[in-house]
Amino acid sequence: MMLMKYIDEYRDRDLIMKLAGRITASARHDYIFMEVCGGHTAAIHRFGIPALLPENIRLISGPGCPVCVTGTDFIDKTVAYSEMDDVIIATFGDLIRVPGSSSSLEKQKASGADIRIVFSALDALGIARTEKEKKVIFPGIGFETTAPGTAVTIRQALHERIENFFVLSAHKVMPPAMEAIVKEGTSINGFICPGHVAAVTGSSIFRFLPEKYGLGCVVTGFEPTDLLQAILMLIEQVNGKDPKVEIQYRRAVTAGGNPLAQKNIREVFVPSDAYWRGFGTIPASGLTPGRNYDRFDAEISMPVKVQYHEENEICICSEILRGLKNPCDCPLFADICSPENPVGACMVSGEGACSTWYRYKRER
Amino acid sequence: MKERITLNHGSGGRQTNELIRNLFASRFGMNEPLTDSAVLKKPEAALVFTTDAYVVDPVFFPGGNIGKLSVCGTVNDLAVSGARPEHIACSFIIEEGFPLDDLISIVDSMADEAARAGVRIVTGDTKVVGKGKCDKIFITTSGTGVIEKGREHIGSGSRVRAGDRLIINGPVGNHSIAVLGARNNLSFSTPVLSDCASLNHLTACIIDKCSDIHFMRDLTRGGLAGVLNELAGMTGRGITINESAVPVDEPVRGVCEMLGFDPLTLANEGKLLIVASARAEKEILRRLKSDPLGRDSTVIGEITESDKNMVILKTSSGGSRILDMPSGEQLPRIC
Repeated sequence: MMLMKYIDEYRDRDLIMKLAGRITASARHDYIFMEVCGGHTAAIHRFGIPALLPENIRLISGPGCPVCVTGTDFIDKTVAYSEMDDVIIATFGDLIRVPGSSSSLEKQKASGADIRIVFSALDALGIARTEKEKKVIFPGIGFETTAPGTAVTIRQALHERIENFFVLSAHKVMPPAMEAIVKEGTSINGFICPGHVAAVTGSSIFRFLPEKYGLGCVVTGFEPTDLLQAILMLIEQVNGKDPKVEIQYRRAVTAGGNPLAQKNIREVFVPSDAYWRGFGTIPASGLTPGRNYDRFDAEISMPVKVQYHEENEICICSEILRGLKNPCDCPLFADICSPENPVGACMVSGEGACSTWYRYKRER
Repeated sequence: MKERITLNHGSGGRQTNELIRNLFASRFGMNEPLTDSAVLKKPEAALVFTTDAYVVDPVFFPGGNIGKLSVCGTVNDLAVSGARPEHIACSFIIEEGFPLDDLISIVDSMADEAARAGVRIVTGDTKVVGKGKCDKIFITTSGTGVIEKGREHIGSGSRVRAGDRLIINGPVGNHSIAVLGARNNLSFSTPVLSDCASLNHLTACIIDKCSDIHFMRDLTRGGLAGVLNELAGMTGRGITINESAVPVDEPVRGVCEMLGFDPLTLANEGKLLIVASARAEKEILRRLKSDPLGRDSTVIGEITESDKNMVILKTSSGGSRILDMPSGEQLPRIC
């Protein structure tokens, strides 16, 4: 099968060992790098990368798991919609177990709500097409990677004049959160930048980091050799005092990105202030359907009110998402909080730092 | 017109009687007169008893169907306990409208598989429920077997020691991927077949000749990762697994990469884990490999004194990490 041949080359053990050796030889001081993307956090631990790195290199997880940074009130809104008689919630599977303040979509489904898992926004539109008497709500979640899919779907809904399809948008863009982390003074020496976001946006969106803050960025892929090479490139940037944006993931990413995807985002969405768990509201970090498309915005066409609820006070998800703490610093971790019984969102999502640590790194 | 199961087939009247006599009793070789209970001889050794419900969707999948699965699954539960499976009871819940031809195929598969495994289906029950009250057909099988003295530890793992070797009898994940593929009409370049098979002859050929077997378990729901974590928890010992030693067929690996599954957590219906002392490793492998169901048997790791209660995976990339118990529903209704 061609697919595995293509992947195996990036998992070549000799190459991995060679890269690990070069990293150890070049790492002269202490380095802290943040992997922004939840997919990177999961890949790093799945392949056992930390065991290959010398002790003076520390990787910390950032805010790049979309489920984790989504606020409780967003879940509460989906729960409120699911309680309406004529509503179908068509959602990505990641969201289904995320706890809201009193329920989750999974619990709603068990008590009879019509909640269906879809693999894309277009699948949700397909449900709207066949179930005309119902309102289909798609909770739009994710960064620049999933936003183009939602944008294309909304355009398609307009084109087909489908009137029972709505998006509850929690779509976000990455750079403002990275800037918030830097401004807060989290101690980092460079960013391992998200490969899939950059495939859409281009690597140029990270340029402000070296230019304004003197921090290096390497855009990388999700295989062990990708990640190790990115770490080596960041070390060399730090050693040479030459922070810049580099692309390790050349097979998918260019400086300019995917213009068609960008055009769709610009066409449908307008920037909006958005709430990020752990950060609060970050200006112009969200994406909301713009004027020509706002009839597809669930919040406009069928608004619901939910009460604001404080997060669990002991849970440190908010510090973990800002790179200030590790999952094992949390008193709830692997004790009260586990994937079966998650307290914070970082434990729910497969890409969340807590869930990843729980699966791959607990008590070692 | 296609003949279908109706509520009358479950009413207890004439149609029920005909269905039982003409289909179940004749194919399962049950003797007249048909009575309410099977009479079994009291075994000389301890009796082992198990039960399992089968709800797989779709009912027919590449490499098997719900009937074959319902016999293999129960035979395997008995076999990996160290027992010799003997009798099976089966109970059917059938949805109104289920095609009779499909039911005949399912019952034929059960009869074939029982003959292959050398067990007898001795009693059963049939209920028909209204359309929509169950999904096509559900089968529950219960089974009895006999376990010889000195083999009780095989189910509990009480003799597992540091240094013991872990052996599996072939590639993992095929059953889950075959069912998933059939359910979603995925087409694979090389077809993936369920590994659904009765393992009792395979287990007999090693436990009858080798006293160094310390544990056996079939790798059903939860997969290899689930069983390894249960074993670590039960014995309080550590386990180290070499990821590159665990066989996974190429198409299965490809689907897992695409969909984000870990093959080590996927269900199998014809694979088992054997833990045995290191000195018996060669002999066990030789015996396993002489059986077609054990042809690809291999050592995947060992029991350790360190990392108590945990399963450590040496990754193919040269790193290491925990191999955790799978959590939540990975793939619903695969068995």
